[in-house]
Amino acid sequence: MSLHISTEVRGDTLIVRLEGELDHHTADMVRQRVESELDRGITSHLVINMERLSFMDSSGLGVILGRYKRVTAGDGRMSLCAVNDQLKKLFELSGMLKILRIYATESQALTEMGVA
Amino acid sequence: MELKFAARSENESFARVAVAAFISQLDPTVEELTEIKTAVSEAVTNAIIHGYEEQEGIVYMQCSIEEGTVELVIEDHGRGIEDVEEARQPLFTSKPELERSGMGFTIMENFVDSFQVESRPGLGTRVRLVKTLKSHSVANRH
Repeated sequence: MSLHISTEVRGDTLIVRLEGELDHHTADMVRQRVESELDRGITSHLVINMERLSFMDSSGLGVILGRYKRVTAGDGRMSLCAVNDQLKKLFELSGMLKILRIYATESQALTEMGVA
Repeated sequence: MELKFAARSENESFARVAVAAFISQLDPTVEELTEIKTAVSEAVTNAIIHGYEEQEGIVYMQCSIEEGTVELVIEDHGRGIEDVEEARQPLFTSKPELERSGMGFTIMENFVDSFQVESRPGLGTRVRLVKTLKSHSVANRH
């Protein structure tokens, strides 16, 4: 099992949907894909949809924190959605829940971003 | 159960799946299974990134079951850790340039009942993880 990444641009928000397993092996794919999308200069906000993510470890935390730094450095906002309890535990442990907003659904996240 | 495999990132998911398949005989909950898979993933990733610094090497993994308790030993013969106490601190990472979160040891510590790291600089690192599954704990045994 690997990781499948799909992206969609909605207004000035980039939606990234992850499906499969996010670990050290697949983290680079996420980094490169999101960076190249953001480099196009169309989007300044980022929503990561984790509904179909079946596994994540601290390598995932690293890549998400890296994107958070980039997005917020450019005055953008970033949020996560559809995060299951097990993944939430990882975000809690790392203290990232204090800086990242988590929404139940993608449409809620987009509404909060003002692009729904 | 014993496994040895090349220290390549492709094998991280293999290590998780192998352990999950082995312990499925204990009928773990989804939560327990995820916690063990995550802890294994952290230990194996550490061996690959830090132990062997993404160069060639072999990762050794042993898993045994005693009643409802799972014991895992994950070992590398890589560069070792100079200061294990420092490495265990949450958010500590020796490789921030690789976007490492510094949470590997903290996650292992939180997801299993007992966690030990032995390391010798230049010789390698050995991590031991022990977890008793709830359905098999003494309190639930009749």
